[in-house]
Amino acid sequence: MTVTDTDVPADTRPWLRTERRGRVLRLTAGGEWIVRYAARLDPQLHAYDLGDANEVEIDGRAITRLDSAGAWLLVRTKRAVEESGKTVRAFTLPDIYSTLIHTIDQEHTAPPVVIVPRHTFSALLERLGRSTVHVLKQGYGMLGYLGRVTVEWAEAIYSPRGNLRVPALIHQVEEIGINALPIVGLLAFLIGIVLAYQGADQLRRFGAEIFTINLLGVGVLRELGGLVTAIIIAGRSGSAFTAQIGTMKVNEEIDAMQTIGINTVDALVLPRILGLIIALPFLTIYADVMAMVGGAVMCYFDLGITFPVFMRQLHEAISMNTFLVGVIKAPVFALIIGLVGCYEGLQVERNADSVGRLTTRSVVEAIFLIIVLDAGFSILFSILKI
Amino acid sequence: MSMSDKPAANREVVVRVRGLVNELGGNLIHDHVDLDLYRGEVLGVVGGSGSGKSVLLRSIVGLNRPREGSIEVFGQDISKLGERALHTVQVRWGVLFQEGALFSSQTVAENIQVPMREYMKMSEPLMNEIASMKLSMVGLPEDAARKYPSELSGGMKKRAGLARALALDPDLLFLDEPTAGLDPISANQFDELVHDLQKSLGLTVFMVTHDLDTLKATTDRIAVLVNRKIKVGTIDELRRDPDPWIQEYFSGVRGRAALAS
Repeated sequence: MTVTDTDVPADTRPWLRTERRGRVLRLTAGGEWIVRYAARLDPQLHAYDLGDANEVEIDGRAITRLDSAGAWLLVRTKRAVEESGKTVRAFTLPDIYSTLIHTIDQEHTAPPVVIVPRHTFSALLERLGRSTVHVLKQGYGMLGYLGRVTVEWAEAIYSPRGNLRVPALIHQVEEIGINALPIVGLLAFLIGIVLAYQGADQLRRFGAEIFTINLLGVGVLRELGGLVTAIIIAGRSGSAFTAQIGTMKVNEEIDAMQTIGINTVDALVLPRILGLIIALPFLTIYADVMAMVGGAVMCYFDLGITFPVFMRQLHEAISMNTFLVGVIKAPVFALIIGLVGCYEGLQVERNADSVGRLTTRSVVEAIFLIIVLDAGFSILFSILKI
Repeated sequence: MSMSDKPAANREVVVRVRGLVNELGGNLIHDHVDLDLYRGEVLGVVGGSGSGKSVLLRSIVGLNRPREGSIEVFGQDISKLGERALHTVQVRWGVLFQEGALFSSQTVAENIQVPMREYMKMSEPLMNEIASMKLSMVGLPEDAARKYPSELSGGMKKRAGLARALALDPDLLFLDEPTAGLDPISANQFDELVHDLQKSLGLTVFMVTHDLDTLKATTDRIAVLVNRKIKVGTIDELRRDPDPWIQEYFSGVRGRAALAS
């Protein structure tokens, strides 16, 4: 909304008159010199012509109301005259405003502020440069952090009693693993259904419906089960790690722990990462089973394949290796989710948008790294011919 | 102080609170509270933690809808105003929140210009001049203009918040614990700043505070929130009040030290 002139009666509007008497220019001002009229007065005060006048009189005795914006316009005019080498012979205002004029004239000597525009090409380049440096710093920081966690880990293995916090670990396993069972189970079940349906639809054309089960078994056990579970847990637990640790950082709880002498990596990071490493493989196995159940249900209704037939075909389609290849990736994914989640949490600064921004970043980074690693695993396994 | 000598009947009431009832989480905070704020005065609002000082402020500026009662600002009942009518009241007041409440994605200069951009059709150069003047008025250095709120100290945030609150030259200024969290020197400077600005701009100030030095240095009258009611008077009047909390507040060690000086 903009406050317009029509909101107020006309007689309060400010006015400015210029008048020449020989070599004296007289500026007479009156009415309300307040902020809502500043935009109107500003061009008038830039426009008057000093000409060959060498003295200026500013007469504001008719001003009925003056605030700091109006006072600034008058002070600015006075200064402009003085700077151009002319003299201000008189600068008169009602007495009640003398303090205000005096304060502004005395206190304010700084130039106008500079607002740097945000949408120019150079600003774009600046942002690009900043984010490049940021990404490099981020990678460097993460590497250092991985080192620190590894050292703490070694110590925890060396003397588990001192460094490993068992109650915290059990709590994390419950939070990450058991509490995630409904959502992971449901999504895996649905993925089983979708995969079986699509597979059956395509393979039926070749009369090879039965191979739907092979597609389902290999697809889910090798890739999808682990990948989907890891992505769900990155969204569910990785974000929670960042938000929890970040909020503790904002509240200075992390600082409080450090001054008490609690090792924050031991107390906050290790239980979370270890909890993930324990929980994620089990969740993956559970997701595999649920997807098979979903697939079996779909095969029964869509293809009329009974459960014993399904089991026999599945047994032929997959080997122990297929299953292990899927599950072996889970601890690695867990490590990535945990590291990223906790690291980003510790990067939170003491301002309001920090927690939200870093939580988003933690999830995006974790999912990105999971998929990149999964591709890496595929290449590795194909080289090893597994 | 001279303002409070005049008879109340002749003075223009800027904020009029009548029969205000507020409840928070099932607890009665205000039980039919009445309060008048006169043009040109500085009113300090004190009370123990949880006595509803901030709730009172939030009710007046329309952030908290009271359960009962009416609140008039500049003669208009703010709970009954439509959006456009409320804007005409909002351009006449400025609010300084406890931590400054600066917009974190904008620089200090941009923060100060937010109300100008929203309500006035000013040219960019004029806005830049005025923002610079506001910075000088609140005693911030030139280079603060380009900084982001996260780069400022607590005291500087409050000054920047005050500059934003003053952006449209309001008639009425609300301050929520302006000196809390400042060191004594900064707090004294802030008191002087509020006092000087109030004098030169003729502001009406509603100030929630815990700070007895601030009360003594800046306020004309004090409103004490005690037992869900409000008691208003000058420091001297309140010191004679028999209420135990008020006695403890003004006559405790801190109170005596602040008032003796």
